[in-house]
Amino acid sequence: MEKVVTFLLDGEVIQGQEGQSIMQAADKAGKYIPRLCAHKDLTPHGSCRICTVLVNGRPQSACTQPIADGILVESETPKVNQLRTDIIDMLFVEGNHFCMFCEKSGNCELQALAYRFGITAPKYPYQFPQRDVDASHPDIFLDRDRCVLCGRCVRASKELDGKNVFQFVGRGVEKRIAVNSEKGLKDTDADVVDKAISVCPVGAILKKRVGYAVPVGRRLYDHQPIGSASEDETTK
Amino acid sequence: MSDKPETRRIVIEPVTRVEGHGKVTILLDDEAKVKQARLHIVEFRGFERFIQGRPFWELPVLVQRLCGICPVSHHLAAAKAVDGIVGVDTLTPTALKMRLLMHHGQFLQSHALHFFHLSSPDLLFGFDADVSERNVIGVAAKYPELARQGILLRKYGQEIIKATAGKKIHGTGAIPGGVNKNLSLEERDQLLSEIDQIMEWARGAVALAKGYTLEHLDDLSGFGSFDSNHLSIVRSDGAYDIYDGGLRARDAEGNIIFDHVENEKYDEYLAEEVRSWTYMKFPFIKEIGPEAGWYRVGPLARVNNCDFFDTPEAEKERKEFKSLTDDKPNNITMAYHWTRMIELLHSVEKIQELLNDSDLQGEDLVVTGKRRDEAVGIIEAPRGTLFHHYRVNEDDQVTMANLIVSTTSNNEPMNRAVQKVAEDYLSGVPEITEGLLNRVEVAIRAYDPCLSCATHAMGQMPLIVELMDQQGRIVDRKIKG
Repeated sequence: MEKVVTFLLDGEVIQGQEGQSIMQAADKAGKYIPRLCAHKDLTPHGSCRICTVLVNGRPQSACTQPIADGILVESETPKVNQLRTDIIDMLFVEGNHFCMFCEKSGNCELQALAYRFGITAPKYPYQFPQRDVDASHPDIFLDRDRCVLCGRCVRASKELDGKNVFQFVGRGVEKRIAVNSEKGLKDTDADVVDKAISVCPVGAILKKRVGYAVPVGRRLYDHQPIGSASEDETTK
Repeated sequence: MSDKPETRRIVIEPVTRVEGHGKVTILLDDEAKVKQARLHIVEFRGFERFIQGRPFWELPVLVQRLCGICPVSHHLAAAKAVDGIVGVDTLTPTALKMRLLMHHGQFLQSHALHFFHLSSPDLLFGFDADVSERNVIGVAAKYPELARQGILLRKYGQEIIKATAGKKIHGTGAIPGGVNKNLSLEERDQLLSEIDQIMEWARGAVALAKGYTLEHLDDLSGFGSFDSNHLSIVRSDGAYDIYDGGLRARDAEGNIIFDHVENEKYDEYLAEEVRSWTYMKFPFIKEIGPEAGWYRVGPLARVNNCDFFDTPEAEKERKEFKSLTDDKPNNITMAYHWTRMIELLHSVEKIQELLNDSDLQGEDLVVTGKRRDEAVGIIEAPRGTLFHHYRVNEDDQVTMANLIVSTTSNNEPMNRAVQKVAEDYLSGVPEITEGLLNRVEVAIRAYDPCLSCATHAMGQMPLIVELMDQQGRIVDRKIKG
């Protein structure tokens, strides 16, 4: 029998199973911790830091930090939410995110997080990086301008699809998502039904010709902010 | 003292109560006679270039960002072109009628905005009225019921756009091969509950524009007016149509230059000329050439061009309008206002007709076809004929875009109107007053130009008038705003 672990999340007593991350235990208890690179079907990555919480006063990523008896976890506090807001602000200016015509708008987790944290305009200067699109695949469109380097596609391709279509190349500000062929996506074994395609939280990896098929008003985050109970769990 | 003749340069920048930013320059010789008058468009947008590489299904949503006033026009023109790319020539009845409803809602809101908010101050208070009163706030203070009607007419059009495109501005309703939603019974009933009142106000708007034009006909006949060709699309039976049809051009006497030209062949009949002093091109009819082949588009051209309206009240108004010129084209620039309100009435009639059509509740929204690499979409936008032409590669990316927006076609006519008004009212005048300069803007406003095809500037725009000598030294300067 697994050991029950008890800790405090924003002053509330939470019980989880030994070996769970703070995020897993919080999800089980119905407490939402904002996230971007984390996905319930994938190994935690701990890279985006949106799920940062304070554990006994020290910042930790909730998706990778295991729970322990008696820890004090702070999540929904002004200080922690300011950290998250700053990260989201940086993600927006680091890429080329044009929500006004992006077909993922309304279903985009980055955009939804920005709305959740009340970001109406970026506070940092735009970087306008030069990035390439890969339209070579007949059914998949890769738009690196919108990539937030969350690595979901990298992990999903390996862990869920049993392939190795996506990988990171470069370091620091030069880091990019790459595909497993110099000739582009068309030359890989990527398939439009792969999990790696559907787990993208933003509009970087798209199924071609879907576009704006879902009308405004019926999109995932048109009425409820991200993290609401009614949200489709498969997108996380 | 120099013996050289002194040239004075008057600059009106920005032109006010129009969409977008432009400026007018007027050169006066040493006898204060107008040597040259030009309307310059000083913004550069670059859409045709930066959409290259984007996937074609983005176009209707991406390209509509050209404009915040009539985005539906760009949305639908691009959608028609993208229909062609996906090999669809005929939409389902539900899809077609949803798009038509969206388009007529757009005409209603755009025309109401222009007439009531932007132009009515000139018509109600006079061109020379105190500038502190001659604005939409002044209209609201002195004619509160009229201002209210204008605002609510526009609001109704915006509600139709929201019901069909999901948002009042920059929606997503039209998708390749169809639409992404139908009209719910709840949406329909809400819109129908107001239609009788909207119709009544639309009739009043026509009466106001008609009454003003007829009352001031002697003054308006020559005001910025000139003979011109007229271009628009018309339905296959010659009826007025703003969504689908072939291109028709008439000369100033009403003779047909070409008729029922298929959309895909537009570039066999029309070409564009570039001039160094403005970012806006000058389209012309190839057969006639750039000197005399320029043409007008928009409400005046459409009403001049069509054989009839297929709604009773607009047709009655058209006949009365055409009777003024013995059924020949009317070339009075200020008649744009009258024809714009006839179109507004027609759109309200069409909206009523469509709302009572059960096809709008249909579930069959999208059709597919065999993929093509090139397509043209032409519609009538509130300001005139709008052309979208795209080529797409095998990876679904746009490789070429050619957009001829309505205001571009009216470039030469607006410049002619500016020249005419400047010559008639500013030449040899000892003191150039604000009221005289406003006449130049009144002539431009008649065309309802969307100079950047962009969103409105908020607040009061400054008007700067500078008098310069031949060396460019400012000898006098007045600032308003």
